[in-house]
Parts: sequence; structure tokens; C-alpha cells
Amino acid sequence: MKVERSVRVEDKLFCNRYLVDTGRPHIKVRAHTRPSPQLLALLKACPARCYELNDKGQIEVTVDGCMECGTCRVIGEPTGDIEWSYPRGGYGVLFKFG
Amino acid sequence: MIEESFDAIVVGAGMAGNAAALTMAKKGMKVLQLERGEYAGSKNVQGAILYADMLEKLIPEFREDAPLERHLVEQRFWIMDDRSHVGLHYRSEDFNEERANRYTIIRAQFDRWFSAKVREAGATVLCETTVTDLAQDAYGRVIGVRTDRQDGEIHADVVVLAEGVNGLLGTRARLRERPKTNKVALAVKEMHFLPRETIEARFNLSGDEGVVIEAAGTISGGMTGMGFIYANKECISVGIGCLVADFQRTGKTPYELLDRFKRHPSVAPLIEGSEVKEYSAHLIPEGGYKAIPQLYGDGWVVVGDAAQLNNAIHREGSNLAMTSGRIAAEAIFQVKSRRLAMTKENLALYKRMLDRSFVLKDMKKYKDMPRLMHTNSQNFFLTYPQLISKAMQTYLRVDGTPKSEKQKSTLKSFVNARSWIGLFGDAFRFARAWR
Ligand SMILES: Cc1cc2nc3c(=O)[nH]c(=O)nc-3n(C[C@H](O)[C@H](O)[C@H](O)COP(=O)(O)OP(=O)(O)OC[C@H]3O[C@@H](n4cnc5c(N)ncnc54)[C@H](O)[C@@H]3O)c2cc1C
Ligand code: SF4
Repeated sequence: MKVERSVRVEDKLFCNRYLVDTGRPHIKVRAHTRPSPQLLALLKACPARCYELNDKGQIEVTVDGCMECGTCRVIGEPTGDIEWSYPRGGYGVLFKFG
Repeated sequence: MIEESFDAIVVGAGMAGNAAALTMAKKGMKVLQLERGEYAGSKNVQGAILYADMLEKLIPEFREDAPLERHLVEQRFWIMDDRSHVGLHYRSEDFNEERANRYTIIRAQFDRWFSAKVREAGATVLCETTVTDLAQDAYGRVIGVRTDRQDGEIHADVVVLAEGVNGLLGTRARLRERPKTNKVALAVKEMHFLPRETIEARFNLSGDEGVVIEAAGTISGGMTGMGFIYANKECISVGIGCLVADFQRTGKTPYELLDRFKRHPSVAPLIEGSEVKEYSAHLIPEGGYKAIPQLYGDGWVVVGDAAQLNNAIHREGSNLAMTSGRIAAEAIFQVKSRRLAMTKENLALYKRMLDRSFVLKDMKKYKDMPRLMHTNSQNFFLTYPQLISKAMQTYLRVDGTPKSEKQKSTLKSFVNARSWIGLFGDAFRFARAWR
């Protein structure tokens, strides 16, 4: 009972509809050598698991599954760790039910 | 390229924006509404309960064609620990009335319908258009917007900021602060599809009757948050939300929290065998009255979630959004009919009208609640639910222990966990914040 099965977020996102604006990510991570505590928090707080640690120990973002919730903006924008915008009109997540 | 200028530009086609655009268009004003989604509702997430009264004030005959799911005949509140729940259920035949008071809805469908009404009323609605900036003159007065569509600005006498909780424009123009981690909750939600009859059998419903469940307790793992289960016609909305600051502090992941909630023995049977067709996430403003920013200025007003007008204690937001949008529109219309300029001084009318409405009265009533919940989250969302569950079980289990001993041991467990001072303090603070 105690074991927390790890949830596959990709499977969840798979049923969503997206129109990805290829080559124009709406969120950017500021270049860094060691990630700040805020950036590290995004690894877990992002509900679409868009943030990942690369081999060099830096945080990267892939916005393809982003649901535009703004959680990473609230955590990471004040420190300047990320730049956050909405995707271009019409692009991004398209909720059928919402 | 839109060369003309408008009486008003409304940013956003959510609950607040649609209410504002509809009200102004109906009064004959020249309104432009801009929405970044492919269609109104494609970016929006809600539980969702619709409160009929606030919509009736905008569209009296909405029941004729609005996409409504179920009218609510029952409300359940659950206090949960890991294996049990203590429930308060209210069900009444009185709710089976012709003009029902509350309905469940599916936001993407509802917003589309609402937006069609706005168009019918004569507003120009442009979707797939993200507003990137507010246009301001040399004195800082808002004179219009810039979008990602055309270079150049679109001008209007007044801009209604109905951009929702994330509200980039207002914060970029420094009209208000960016939302803070301890003032917004992140909610994740799934849509579980099941045959109609299965839903009706599992929730004890017939026809279009509906039920909603609000749940709090150890399901949020000591974080300030709540879960919900709402019955729609052919699907069930299941979600959970907690303060962003708490997610940040605990390192718990939103999807694991949701999955744990779904696996809870009280929840799992309700959704068993369902097909999940969507996973969504959205923020909810939870800062309450003290987080409400400046609501108006030269050439602008802000409404709905962007203005933090959200009553987290009662889970009301869309109705406050609709009402603030309508009231802002009425205030703007009054200023215009008196042939006055859309200055900060004149638009103060919006705030005065909002003060007299239930919107700010309700917000004010619970002004101390958010801080109380946040600073005592361990007690309210972990300790008490566990104690309550244990007390119920001790009370119900028949095992030869004399009742007086059971009472004593229950009381002892409360005092051990929180001490007398702690218990009285919590009760006192809660009562004061609730008053
Ligand atoms: C999980 C969840 C459950 C909820 N449950 C309930 C409930 O049961 N009952 C209830 O009453 N309330 C509920 N709420 C709250 C309710 O959803 C909100 O209070 C309400 O939607 C606020 O309306 P709004 O118009 O202010 O913002 P929104 O509905 O968020 O609309 C904002 C709109 O503006 C658009 N927009 C934003 N920025 C731009 C831009 N720059 N350019 C163009 N367009 C833009 C967005 O795409 C969006 O359409 C819930 C919220 C959540 C997240
Ligand atoms: S906006 Fe939300 S979903 Fe998108 S990357 Fe940020 S936290 Fe993740």
C-alpha cells in the first residue's frame, strides 16, 4: 500500500489536444551552471513535467505538453530564472472539456 | 488589421470577459473582444459548478439552450484520512425545481455557447489572438492593446482586463503584482467517462439530477488544499488543488497527489472502469480579500480572477467573475452615457458598485481565512482529519469497551495531539475568521 507508484505523466498528456508552435517555445530558462532552488522545484511542481535535468546538471524545459497553468511562472519568474509568455494565439493546449 | 477604434476592448473570453462584453454590446457600445484560444473555452479549466442566479442576470433564458450537465440535488463534504471519510451530505427534493440553482457544466462547451451570445449581441470577437501588451500614452493612461496578430495598436476608450488568474498584461504594465506562490493554488483535474446509467447508479441519481463532492483531509498530505468529484451527464470531473507554495515546499508532485486521491478507497469505486479523456491544470486565486489589487485606473478596469475575485472557502469563482464583469460593464456604460472620460476618477464607480454587491461583501467576510488555513495547514489538513476519523471509528466499533472510556480516550487523543490551548486556539481563530 505504501509504495507510491510513479505516475506516467506522458500517458496523461497523451489524451490532450495540442497545436505545438514548433521552434517558438513560449517559456525559456535562463542560462545557468547550477540550478537555483526555484528551478529545482519546477522539476516536481510542473503538472506536465516539462522541466528536466540534463546530463550537465542544468534544467531544461520542453513546452510541448505545457498546459499553460502558470505554476512555473509564479515560482520562477520573480527570480529571473525563467521567461514566461503565452503561446501565439491559437497555439498550445486546446481543451475539449476544460 | 483593425484600423477603427472601439468604445471598449475586452481581453479574454472567459466568464468575466464574456459577461462584460455581452453587457456592453447589449447596451449598444462598440466592443472588441480578444481571446488567445482557438475558441472561447479552449484554454479554460473549471470543476465545474455554475451558479444560475449570476448567469440569469445576464441571460435570463439561458436554460433554453446553454450546455448544462446536471442540476445539483445533493452536496457532500468529506473529511478524509487515508482509509476513511466522514461525510456531511445534504440532499433535498426542493432542488428538483424548474429553475434550478446550481448546475455542473463543462467549461470548454459552456464558454463556446456564452461566446456565441456575445457575438449575437453585436460584439466583435477575435479568437486565436494573444494580446501581448497594453498600449499606454505618455502619462501612463491605457489607450488600447497590442496583439501578436498585426503590428500596430488597437485603440479604445477603455480596456477591460478579463485575462484570468495569470494576468500577464496587468502585471507587465505594472498595474498590479504578479500572483504569489502562497496566494494561488494549482489544481489538476481529469475527465472520467462512464455510461450515464453507471454514473446515476453510483451516485444515487435519476435523470438529470447531479451531485458534487468536496473533500479535504490527509489527501493533500498536510498541504492547504481540497479535492473534488463532480458528476456530469456522461463523465465525472475528479481533481485536487493545493497552494503552489506548498507544492514548492514539500516537493510533492500534482499528478501523484491526484492519483493518490483517485486510489482512495472512498473514491476508487466511483470512477472504476472509466476512460480518461483529458488531463488539465489551472491556477485558482486563493489570496482572498487582502490580495485584491487596485481594480481600476486611467483607461482600464480589471475583473474576475485577474482581480483575485475568488471565494476559495465556498469554491465560487465563475459567479464572482461574471458579476464583476457585468458590474464593470455597467459602470463603464454609465460613465459613457454621462459623456465623461474613462479616467481613474470616473471609473471608481466600478469599485463603488462592486462594494455594494455580494462580490466584495463575501470576499471581506473571509478576509482572515487564507492566512489561517495556510499557517495551520498541518493541523487542518492532517491532524484533525486523522483525529476525527479515529473518533468516529472508536464511536462506531462495538467491542465491549464502556462508552465513557471511549469518550475519554477520544478526548485524550485530541488533547495529546493539539493540547487544550491548541484546540481552543484553533477553534477561536477559526470562528473569528468565519464570522
Ligand atoms: C480546477 C478548478 C475548479 C474550479 N471550480 C469552480 C466551480 O466549481 N465553480 C466556480 O464558480 N468557479 C470555479 N473555479 C474558478 C473559476 O474557474 C474562475 O473563477 C473563473 O473561470 C474566472 O473567470 P475569468 O473570466 O476571470 O478567467 P478565465 O475563465 O480564466 O478566462 C480568462 C480568459 O482570458 C484569456 N486570456 C488570458 N490572457 C490573454 C491574452 N493576453 N490575450 C488574449 N486572451 C487572453 C484566456 O484564454 C481565457 O479565456 C474553478 C477553477 C479551477 C481551476
Ligand atoms: S505553465 Fe504549467 S504546465 Fe506549462 S511548463 Fe509551466 S508549470 Fe508546466
